[in-house]
Amino acid sequence: MSERSLRSEKSGTERSLRSEKSGTERSLRSEKSGTERSLRSENPGTEPILEVRDLVKHFPVRVGVLFKHTVGQVRAVDGVSFDLNKGETLGVVGESGCGKSTLAQVLMRLEPPTSGTARFNGRDIFAMRGAELRKLRRSIQIVLQDPYTSLNPRMTVGDIVGEPFEIHPEVAPKGSRAGKVRELLDVVGLNPEHLNRYPHQFSGGQRQRIGIARALALRPDVIICDEPVSALDVSIQAQVMNLLGDLQSEFGLSYVFIAHDLSVVRHLSDRVAVMYLGKVVEIGTEEEIYNHPMHPYTQALLSAVPVADPTVRGQRQVIRLEGDVPSPVDPPSGCRFRTRCWKAQEICAQEVPELEPRGGGHPSACHFAEERSVVP
Amino acid sequence: MADSYEPGAVPDGPLLEVEDLYVEFRTRDGVAKVLNGVSYHVDAGETLAVLGESGSGKSVTAQAIMGILDTPPAVVTGGEIRFHGENLLAVGEERRNEVRAEGVAIIFQDALSALNPVYTVGFQIEEQLRVRQGMSRRDARDRAVELLDLVRIPNAARRVRQYPHEFSGGMRQRAMIAMSLALDPEVLIADEPTTALDVTVQAQIMDLLKEIQVERRMGLILITHDLGVVAEVADRIAVMYAGRIVEHADAVSLYRTPGHPYTAALMDSLPRLDQKGSTLNTIKGLPPSLLNIPPGCPFHPRCPRAEDRCAVEVPPDHRLGLGRTSKCHFAEELVSRV
Ligand SMILES: Nc1ncnc2c1ncn2[C@@H]1O[C@H](COP(=O)(O)OP(=O)(O)OP(=O)(O)O)[C@@H](O)[C@H]1O
Ligand SMILES: Nc1ncnc2c1ncn2[C@@H]1O[C@H](COP(=O)(O)OP(=O)(O)O)[C@@H](O)[C@H]1O
Ligand code: SF4
Ligand code: SF4
Ligand SMILES: [Mg+2]
Ligand SMILES: [Mg+2]
Repeated sequence: MSERSLRSEKSGTERSLRSEKSGTERSLRSEKSGTERSLRSENPGTEPILEVRDLVKHFPVRVGVLFKHTVGQVRAVDGVSFDLNKGETLGVVGESGCGKSTLAQVLMRLEPPTSGTARFNGRDIFAMRGAELRKLRRSIQIVLQDPYTSLNPRMTVGDIVGEPFEIHPEVAPKGSRAGKVRELLDVVGLNPEHLNRYPHQFSGGQRQRIGIARALALRPDVIICDEPVSALDVSIQAQVMNLLGDLQSEFGLSYVFIAHDLSVVRHLSDRVAVMYLGKVVEIGTEEEIYNHPMHPYTQALLSAVPVADPTVRGQRQVIRLEGDVPSPVDPPSGCRFRTRCWKAQEICAQEVPELEPRGGGHPSACHFAEERSVVP
Repeated sequence: MADSYEPGAVPDGPLLEVEDLYVEFRTRDGVAKVLNGVSYHVDAGETLAVLGESGSGKSVTAQAIMGILDTPPAVVTGGEIRFHGENLLAVGEERRNEVRAEGVAIIFQDALSALNPVYTVGFQIEEQLRVRQGMSRRDARDRAVELLDLVRIPNAARRVRQYPHEFSGGMRQRAMIAMSLALDPEVLIADEPTTALDVTVQAQIMDLLKEIQVERRMGLILITHDLGVVAEVADRIAVMYAGRIVEHADAVSLYRTPGHPYTAALMDSLPRLDQKGSTLNTIKGLPPSLLNIPPGCPFHPRCPRAEDRCAVEVPPDHRLGLGRTSKCHFAEELVSRV
């Protein structure tokens, strides 16, 4: 406790990356929604379970057949900081290639970081070795996008869901495993009798449930969901989203929820981080990001989402961005968004805008941050 | 443009009509009844959206129109596809190919696999122009640059010499659109043209399609599963389920009062950008296997409104006025409720 309070004194910026919502305010909010059961965590804590600071991941660009030499770096993740609080869902949104999956891979320790830190319950995950690392590998799990390729086609569902127990036998003694696997299948809404079937015998949504059951096997604290519903049809997507919401309240899970669909993210997230070219450009509560966006990129992204209501056609103001996202090998100087930003000034090419609270609001990384409401 | 299709043309009839189309796939596992009486049409200058979940038969219908069904296993077992009133399924192959090549074009979701990786983007556009319109190499090159320029690819003159892999996702989709426009089609079928793209790029591509369509008075058949995209561009909407059009309506009516429980359920299961999260309504169960479509109304095992008769009686098209139809026994009640 004392360590934490010391740390939180560090700087205004750092503190502001955390959710500031107090307990009372939250409970008020959940009362307002009345009978509707919230999909978002009922009581997200304010105590961070995961603290990410200045995380960087560069991939070398190599050319040559025999004598490979490095000609540059893909700056996939380039200085990302955020907190994930206990029991909360942090949504991460951004366009293809902005570094969302790389971030997930690094947090899972599937890729070493280039620099930066990530603390899980206060301990640096990149410094963990041996028993501590094994424990971490139980505590943080991942669910991937593609239910078609992320499951081994030659393993039965029972083997897939039970495999984590092989790797971590201490969690479930051999005799109890079949029962545990059945229980897990039941929890995610699959027929426990289908234990001996193969992935191809299931639909996309069912395969996603298999992936979720597997992630739950070791009773993790944190699940990183990398586009878990992106490949699914609307009706099936809704089933899986409800499941994720239910599991969170049942097991007190914390989620990092990565997706490019902004409506999906709003639905599940307590707080949201918006990424562009390897950086977080804005972070705040779901309410702050969707109703009071400060950063031009967030505003453009939100305004571009088609609205399922033909009567507002042509009445919405959509911010049209020109051109494509620049290459992460050679990102623009200063603000990375400046090549597509309609507000860009000279300073934007010279000075990197820090992610910090601006105009009294939540943190955003724009020299000219200004609230603009774009969601109807 | 339209003059080249005089023979048999009905002057004021719909531009392209699909009527009561049946397609099955005869595979080792059995006969999959993929299309079970699909009917829709599109007129010049109009956008018809075909909405449905994966596997409902949207793409197979498009492939049947384009004559690019995977045959075998696919077999057309009934129905007509009429272009300017001429049934393409009844005319000789040469005529059919001519009409399709010059009258109807298609763009796919995955532009990368639709473009040939070993030829430059320019070459692929030019070849069509040389083969179909007998253009000289130089004229074809000029036209290709013009087309890339039209779809707003910067530096078109340089880009024509590049290969598909040198283009970003959004640019590839633009190149596909340029290619599909080369022969000045009257109907463009866009099969999930933006599904693989980010929202900001999707917005650019949809703008572009809309603009070109209006300018050329093209009929546009937009195939998608995205209820948002549909709401933004469609004049009319055909909702597909298990190889049938279960509901057909103008966009405003369909969103305001869905005339079919499946349409209503789809809309209910959508998370919204302007609302905070609550439990989403879901459609229970899964879409049916086309090897074994449920008797009666194919939606009945999943339908919250179903009654006993739904499991036995196939619902016919109910006409709801204003050109609306719904294949639900209770269609009239559904639309009169509000
Ligand atoms: N192993 C790797 N080697 C080199 N570059 C990589 C590697 N993995 C990712 N990248 C690059 O890093 C950048 C970020 O990729 P990442 O997969 O994290 O994006 P993303 O935000 O998850 O995108 P999407 O929405 O398409 O999933 C991209 O430019 C990508 O090409
Ligand atoms: N070449 C093929 N062989 C066998 N079945 C096919 C083939 N192409 C499509 N199908 C089947 O036809 C049905 C409809 O497919 P499709 O039209 O592609 O659906 P969608 O509505 O997603 O575009 C699906 O059940 C699909 O599996
Ligand atoms: S810093 Fe400048 S370029 Fe960047 S988002 Fe703000 S105004 Fe635009
Ligand atoms: S016919 Fe019956 S089962 Fe089919 S959609 Fe209507 S109510 Fe539902
Ligand atoms: Mg990714
Ligand atoms: Mg399809």
